[in-house]
Amino acid sequence: MTGTRTYALAAAAIAAIAAVLVAASVASGTAPKRHVTPKVSGTISIISEATGPEQEHFKNVLADFEKLNPDVEVKYTSAGRNLTTILSTAVAGGNPPDMALLPQPGFMRELVKKKALKPIEFLRPTIKKNWSAGWVALGSVGGKLYGLYLKGANKSTIWYNVKLFKKAGVKTPKTFNALLKAAKTLKASGTKAYSIGGGDGWTLTDLFENIYLRQAGGSNYDKLSAHKIKWTSPTVKAALQQMAKIFSDDSNIAGGTSGALSTVFADSVTQAFGNNPKAAMVLEADFVEGVITGSTNAKPKTDFNYFPWPAIKPGTLNNVVAGGDAVVMFRDKPATRALMKYFATPRAANVYAKQGGFSSPNKLVKGSAYHDPIARRAALALSHAKVVRFDMSDLQPAAFGGTPGQGMWKLLQDLLKNPKNVNQIASQLESAAAKAYSGGK
Amino acid sequence: MSGASVSAEPPLREAPPPDVPAGESRWRRWLIAAAFLAPAVILLGIWVVYPAIRTIIRSFFNAAGDHFVWFANFEELFTTDLLLTAIKNNALWVAIVPLFVTSIGLIFAVLTERVRWSVAFKTVVFMPMAISLLAAGVIWRLMYIQDPNQGTVNAAIAAVKGVVEPEGALPTAEPSSPQLVGNPGSTLTLKTPLDPGQVAVLGLSAIPDADVPEGAKQAVKPPAKPDGITGVVWRDFKPGGGKIGKVEKGELGLPGVTLELKDSSGKQIATATSAADGTFAFERLAQGSYTVAISGDTFAQPFAGVDWLGDQLITPAIMIAYIWVWAGFAMVVIAAGLAAIPRDVLEAARTDGASEWQTFIRVTVPLLAPILSVVFITLVINVLKVFDIVLSVAPSSSQDDANVIALAMWRVSFSGQNDFGVGSAIATFLFLLVLPVLALNIRRFRREV
Repeated sequence: MTGTRTYALAAAAIAAIAAVLVAASVASGTAPKRHVTPKVSGTISIISEATGPEQEHFKNVLADFEKLNPDVEVKYTSAGRNLTTILSTAVAGGNPPDMALLPQPGFMRELVKKKALKPIEFLRPTIKKNWSAGWVALGSVGGKLYGLYLKGANKSTIWYNVKLFKKAGVKTPKTFNALLKAAKTLKASGTKAYSIGGGDGWTLTDLFENIYLRQAGGSNYDKLSAHKIKWTSPTVKAALQQMAKIFSDDSNIAGGTSGALSTVFADSVTQAFGNNPKAAMVLEADFVEGVITGSTNAKPKTDFNYFPWPAIKPGTLNNVVAGGDAVVMFRDKPATRALMKYFATPRAANVYAKQGGFSSPNKLVKGSAYHDPIARRAALALSHAKVVRFDMSDLQPAAFGGTPGQGMWKLLQDLLKNPKNVNQIASQLESAAAKAYSGGK
Repeated sequence: MSGASVSAEPPLREAPPPDVPAGESRWRRWLIAAAFLAPAVILLGIWVVYPAIRTIIRSFFNAAGDHFVWFANFEELFTTDLLLTAIKNNALWVAIVPLFVTSIGLIFAVLTERVRWSVAFKTVVFMPMAISLLAAGVIWRLMYIQDPNQGTVNAAIAAVKGVVEPEGALPTAEPSSPQLVGNPGSTLTLKTPLDPGQVAVLGLSAIPDADVPEGAKQAVKPPAKPDGITGVVWRDFKPGGGKIGKVEKGELGLPGVTLELKDSSGKQIATATSAADGTFAFERLAQGSYTVAISGDTFAQPFAGVDWLGDQLITPAIMIAYIWVWAGFAMVVIAAGLAAIPRDVLEAARTDGASEWQTFIRVTVPLLAPILSVVFITLVINVLKVFDIVLSVAPSSSQDDANVIALAMWRVSFSGQNDFGVGSAIATFLFLLVLPVLALNIRRFRREV
C-alpha cells in the first residue's frame, strides 16, 4: 500500500466520522430527552436444550445482544435432553434461571400452572404484528402471553446424502411407497438407507407425527394431541404399522436396530454426512442442517440436500409438522425484558439464520437472511404450508411426551427394538397417556 | 455414594477425671466437647438429619405436597409394577456384587503381598476409586459401545474372533432375486435345479463399492455348454436399480467367489471359482439335475459386537463397571488387615506342615474375617443405594431394564413425572432397607472396640 493511498483512506475516514458526529449532534440537539432509553445492566441466566453446534449458534445470538447492551452479561447453560427435569427441580427448589427456551408448549402450561413464569404482555403488540396467530396461541396460556417463539422448526424434512443418492440412481421420492422403494434401491447399491437417532426418543416421535399427519389427517392429529382419541385407535395403529415398515428393514438401518437405539441425534447426522457415510438419509427436521454445517465438511446441494416428507394420502406432501422453541421468563427485570425485546427483533433472527439450521417464525425475517438456499426453502415451506401442526409429543404432559426413558419416547424405542409389537405398543402408549393426563395418579 | 459407608465412630470412653475443682472443670469439659462436636453436628443436621426427616414426612403427601394422603404413596409402590424391576435388580446387585468385590479384593491383597512392585500394582487397582462413579460410568458407557470399531470391549472380542472366524469377502451381500434362497450369512442356493446345458444366473446386491473384489470386470452371461453347467455371479445393480436378474451393461462380475455344485441327493460334488467377469463352469457332468450354491464362507458376517447396553446385558454390564471401581477399595482395606496378622501364627502353621492353600483357608481367612465382613457390609449398603453409575452407563432406551430402587426414586421425583410424594416414599423404603444392615455394622464396631 502506498503512502498517498493510506493518507487518502485516513482522510476519507476522518471526513466520515466528522459527518456522523455532526449528524449526531444535530440529532441530539433536536430530539427531546424522552427518547433516551435507560441503560440496562445486570446478569441474565438462560437455559436451553441446545448442545454442540446448536449451542454455538445460539451463543452467537446472545453475544450479539451483549454487544448491543455492554452492561448485561448473559450466562448460558445447556440442559441437553434433561431440560424438563432440571427446570422442574429448579422451580420446586425456588431457584429457576432467569429465562429458558422451551420446546414443549405442554411443559410451558405446567410451569404457568405452578405460577413459575412471568407473562410477557409488554411484547404482545410486536408479536401479534409479526408472528402468525398460531404461534401467538402456542405461546399463550389462559389468555396471557408467556412464550416468544424465537425459533421455528420444519420437522417435515428428510435430509439425504446427494452423492449416495446419485450413485444409487435414486430420485427424491414424493410418496411414502416411493420412499420405501428408494430405500430398497439404496440398499441394493451397497449403502444403508436410514440413519436413525433412536438413542433419543424424540427423533422417533417426530417420525410418528409425520406419518400420522399424512395418513390420519389434521383433525385426527388435533384430537390425538389432546388425547381425545385413544392411542389404541385404528388410525394410531395404522401409523405405527407404517413406522414398522421402516424399522423392520433392519439390514437397511445404519448399525441395525440395536445400533440405532444407541445412536443419539447428532451422531445420526454425522454418520450420514461425514467422511465415511454409513447411511444415506436422516429423517429429521431442518435443524439437521445446523449439525451438518457445524460438524462435517459437507457442502449444500453437492453433498447434502433435503426433500419434503413424502405424501401418504394424496395431497399431503406439503403438510408440515412444526416444532419451535419459546423463550420464557422466570423473572421480570429490566435485563430480561431487554433480552426478550431483542429476541423479538429481526436482527436476532438474522444472526441466528445466517448460521444455518434455523427457521424463524418472525414474518419480518427475509429469505435472504438464511444461511443458504436449502435453509431458505425449508424455512419458507414452514411459513407457507397450508396444513401445519405443532409437534404432538411436545403438546403432551412432559411425563408422556418429553421425558427420556418414559412414555412416547421410550415406547417408540421399544417399537424400533421390536417392530412386530404394534398392538402391544399402542396399548402401552394409551395407558401411559392416560396416566400422564390424570396427573400421575 | 459413600455417605452411609462412613463407619460409625466407636463411643468415646469416659476420660479419667482430672485433679481440678469439680464445678468449673465440668463446664469447661462440656464447652470443649460442644466446640469439637459442633461442626459435625451442624453439618450432619443440615445435610443428613433434616432432609431424612423431611423426606419421611413428604412421603405421606401427594405429588404437589398440599394434601396428606396417609399411605397412598406406599400403596402405589407395592401395588403397581413401578418398583418391580428395580427391586429385582437390586436383589441381584446385593447377591452378586459384594461377594465379587470382596473376593477379588482378597485375591489381589494376598497376591500383591508377595510380588515385587506391589505398591505400583496396588496403586493401579486402587486408581478407579479416585474417579467419581459418574465419570467411571461414562468411561464404561463408551467402552461398551456395540460397534467393534468404537467400543473397546467389543474391539477386544472382535480381535480374538477375527482370527478364529475370518470375515467373508461379501458379508453384506444379499440375493437380488427370490431365485436365490438362504439366510444372510449362510450359503445361498439357487432354488431351481439345473440340468447340464443350462446357465446359472446368480445375482447379488447390497454390496458396497469397497467390497467389490479387485480386478472385477463387466459381468458376462456365459454361453451354455452341452456337457456342463456354466453360470455367472455378479453384482446385480446399476444406478437406479436396473433389471433384477439380468446381466446388464455397467454391472460388475464378482471374481474369486467359491461356488458349490450339489447332486440331486444334496451331496457336494464339485467346486468352482468365478473369473474376473463373474463367470464359472462345471464341466463334464453326467446327465441329471444339480443345484448350484454360493459358498457360505463368502458371506461370513463380521463380528457385530455384543450389545452390552441393550436390555438383556445392561445390568451385568453395569455390575462389571462397579466391581472394577470398588475392587481397589476392598483390596486396600483387606491388605491393611493382612499386614496386621501376626507372622508367627503363619510361621507356626507352615512349620506344622500346612500347605500354602491350607494356611490361607484355615489361618489367614479366619483371622481376616472381621475385616472381610466390614468390607462386605459396607458394599451391601452401597449397592442397595447404587444410582449414579446406573444412570450414566445405561442409555435411556434400556434405563427401564437397568432400573434400581434409587434410580426409580430419581426418575419418579425429577424426570418429568415430578411426583415428590411417591419419590419420597421410595426413598423412605430404601432407607428402611438399609437400616438393618447399618445397625449390624454399628454393632460390629461396638464389639470390636
